[in-house]
Amino acid sequence: MVATLVKLRFLVLRNSLKRSVWQLVAVIIGGLYGLGVLGFAVIGLVALRFAPVELASTILVLAGSALILGWIVLPLVTFGIEQTLDPARLVVFPLPMGKLLVGLTVAGVLGVPGIVTSIAALATVATWSLDVLTAIGAFVGAVLGVLICVIGSRTMAALSTSLQSRRRFRELSGILIFIPLILLGPLIAGLAQGIRNSSDALPGLARSLSWSPLGAPWSIPADLAIGDYGPAALKLLIALATLAVLVLVWRRSLALALVTPKASGGHRVARGKTGLFGVLPATPAGAIAARCLTYWRRDPRYARQLIIVPLVPVLLWFYSNNLHSFALFNATGPIVAFLLALAIYTDISYDGTAFATHIADGVRGRDDRIGRVAALAVIAVPLVLLLTIASVWLSGSWNLLPMLLGLSAAALLAGFGVSSVSSARVVVPVPAAGDNPFRSAPGAGFTTMLSGFAIWGVSLLLVIPAVVVGVLSLVFDSALLGWLTLVVGLGLGAVFLVLGVRMGGAELDRRAPDLLVRLKSQRGAA
Amino acid sequence: MTDIPVPAPAPQPAAAPVAPGQPAPPAMQLTGLVKRFGDKLAVDQLSLTVPVGSFYGLVGPNGAGKTTTLSMATGLLRPDAGQSLIHGVDMWQEPLKAKALVGNLSDGVKLFDRLTGEQLVTYNGLLFGLDRDEVAQRVSDLLALLDLEQAAGTLVVDYSAGMTKKIALACALVHAPRLLVLDEPFESVDPVSAANIRDILTGYVQNGGTVIVSSHVMDLVQRMCDHVAVVANGRVLVAGTVDEVRGASTLEDRFVELVGGRTHAEGPEWLRRS
Repeated sequence: MVATLVKLRFLVLRNSLKRSVWQLVAVIIGGLYGLGVLGFAVIGLVALRFAPVELASTILVLAGSALILGWIVLPLVTFGIEQTLDPARLVVFPLPMGKLLVGLTVAGVLGVPGIVTSIAALATVATWSLDVLTAIGAFVGAVLGVLICVIGSRTMAALSTSLQSRRRFRELSGILIFIPLILLGPLIAGLAQGIRNSSDALPGLARSLSWSPLGAPWSIPADLAIGDYGPAALKLLIALATLAVLVLVWRRSLALALVTPKASGGHRVARGKTGLFGVLPATPAGAIAARCLTYWRRDPRYARQLIIVPLVPVLLWFYSNNLHSFALFNATGPIVAFLLALAIYTDISYDGTAFATHIADGVRGRDDRIGRVAALAVIAVPLVLLLTIASVWLSGSWNLLPMLLGLSAAALLAGFGVSSVSSARVVVPVPAAGDNPFRSAPGAGFTTMLSGFAIWGVSLLLVIPAVVVGVLSLVFDSALLGWLTLVVGLGLGAVFLVLGVRMGGAELDRRAPDLLVRLKSQRGAA
Repeated sequence: MTDIPVPAPAPQPAAAPVAPGQPAPPAMQLTGLVKRFGDKLAVDQLSLTVPVGSFYGLVGPNGAGKTTTLSMATGLLRPDAGQSLIHGVDMWQEPLKAKALVGNLSDGVKLFDRLTGEQLVTYNGLLFGLDRDEVAQRVSDLLALLDLEQAAGTLVVDYSAGMTKKIALACALVHAPRLLVLDEPFESVDPVSAANIRDILTGYVQNGGTVIVSSHVMDLVQRMCDHVAVVANGRVLVAGTVDEVRGASTLEDRFVELVGGRTHAEGPEWLRRS
């Protein structure tokens, strides 16, 4: 049974690699990278065998804690949760819950990250090969640590799924609760910054972490090595309890997720209320804008992209504080403008086959483009204005406002133009509507990243003129050049926007049915 | 059906601009349509003429190419070769003009289902360029007609399969097309709603509109349609009025006779135990 699940996992991986050469390349690069990191880690761990016990235990506890945290948090922030074996798809088979959990765990450990983690963790046995008892402690700790990593990440996946199945969490608020989690990164970095200033604090941090679920498994052998049998036993208990709690939470939320149908109704409005459709102009473009805005509110895949709005200023504020210069913080407006404008670079992928409505209804490409950009503008323009003005206000550099507004306008308008062209051409796999927005779509990954970077590059190129004038205004401390940046940003931006809408519109008029074919094959792949 | 109040009259197709002295072109004329997917020839030189005012049934086994044909006819899928004329307008030369004449319910594509039912129909009406008051009036009529008033404010994603079909039909009707192309409109629709939809479509045809439906349900096609075409392996096997096609037998028997593939096995032994 368990073996069947594991086999299934590799079969799915193999077949999905067969479909796409790029994904294979990505996996090979990832594998080589993993091997490199692993090699260094193993060498380091063996070398630690000859270091003082105090140093070895500090390093191992800190690294081990970071490892567990990484397993749990990273998937949420970066590539999405890998769900090759989606429990929801296994629900039709008569599998006892216990076997399902074991199977999913083993399959998780046998993935590439799981194998790398396991080998590194087992290498700690070499570090602690001081005497038999310590080595056994290291082995037990390593096994517990790896299990906490894998099961912790599965628990997180199941939790996020069962949260998603409640309507309230499927909308905007579902995204907001993840913001503190994502800010955890800079917070920890800040903590580390403080610690670096006083490296004496590291052993202290390690000591306190060793009593937490993150560090406990790794510090069992450390305590044994210095003969602290009592604390070692307690830490073993902490690690076991952590694992037990994780399994329990996983089991419960999985059981809940498996019996909770995804479409739990609830949203209802009175008849005759068409929302934004009654407010925006009654034209095809106006209707499309209203539809897009409705989706920005109701579809978490869109809302997810708004995470950057609070994230960028906080990060920049943090770094500015470290550098004792507000130059970075002042760039908040332009950076958010740049990122937000590209939020719809593959808008039609998000429509999926529903895009057929636009084709069947004979929507002109230009109207389609204008509607989508207008909807984004309604959200992005006020936010960018607000952030630009607020950053200048906080840093007290009002004289920079025209220049910064110019850069924001350049980034926003050029980005709108680029998105208008790219979303008529680029179709990438995205999570389906109603899916967990944090889940990585099958077959996404490397190709998505490539097209994303290409589009960033193009819009960076288009912003260069405004940036050049802006930098000159800073170099010569010239108010006139600052105002000129604003003129260039607005003027050139407007030109790029009009060009983008025209080109994207013409592209759609020519090739919309071919786009639909690609959207359909995308859905088939999912 | 008399006990179900129908507050609005059936939607009427827009008046046909008939050039005097000339015979009006057929509602839909497909000529030599070809579509190839990889090695598979999905539609093979398919030609079909749908006269104005007919209620045309398109039947065929699974994978016969019905959906592919209708997609090419309505501008959703580019044919490798061939032509689709809607009331004489070439779908692939003047798509905007042709699409304005067609109401389309396609199988296998999603709707913008994060909108409420009312929003979705409104959206379609506005996309066709109708003005706000006109759209509001028509949406309200259509929701009443299809018995969707209770669900008007519910998101389409929360609809049942049958309700989703009905709201898609409303979307296809909102711009009063002269030709309705419906791919599997009765799939998973309950019998009462199906009968209602049938009445609506019949009324629509009586008022001069043309309807094409694809279906698996022979019985339904025989009772509802006046014309029928049997499609298999991407070709039209036979086309004409229902009476011509079925001859003395039922449509279902004639279909099986034409398409073949009927087996009389009782299935493997292990499946017969219970």
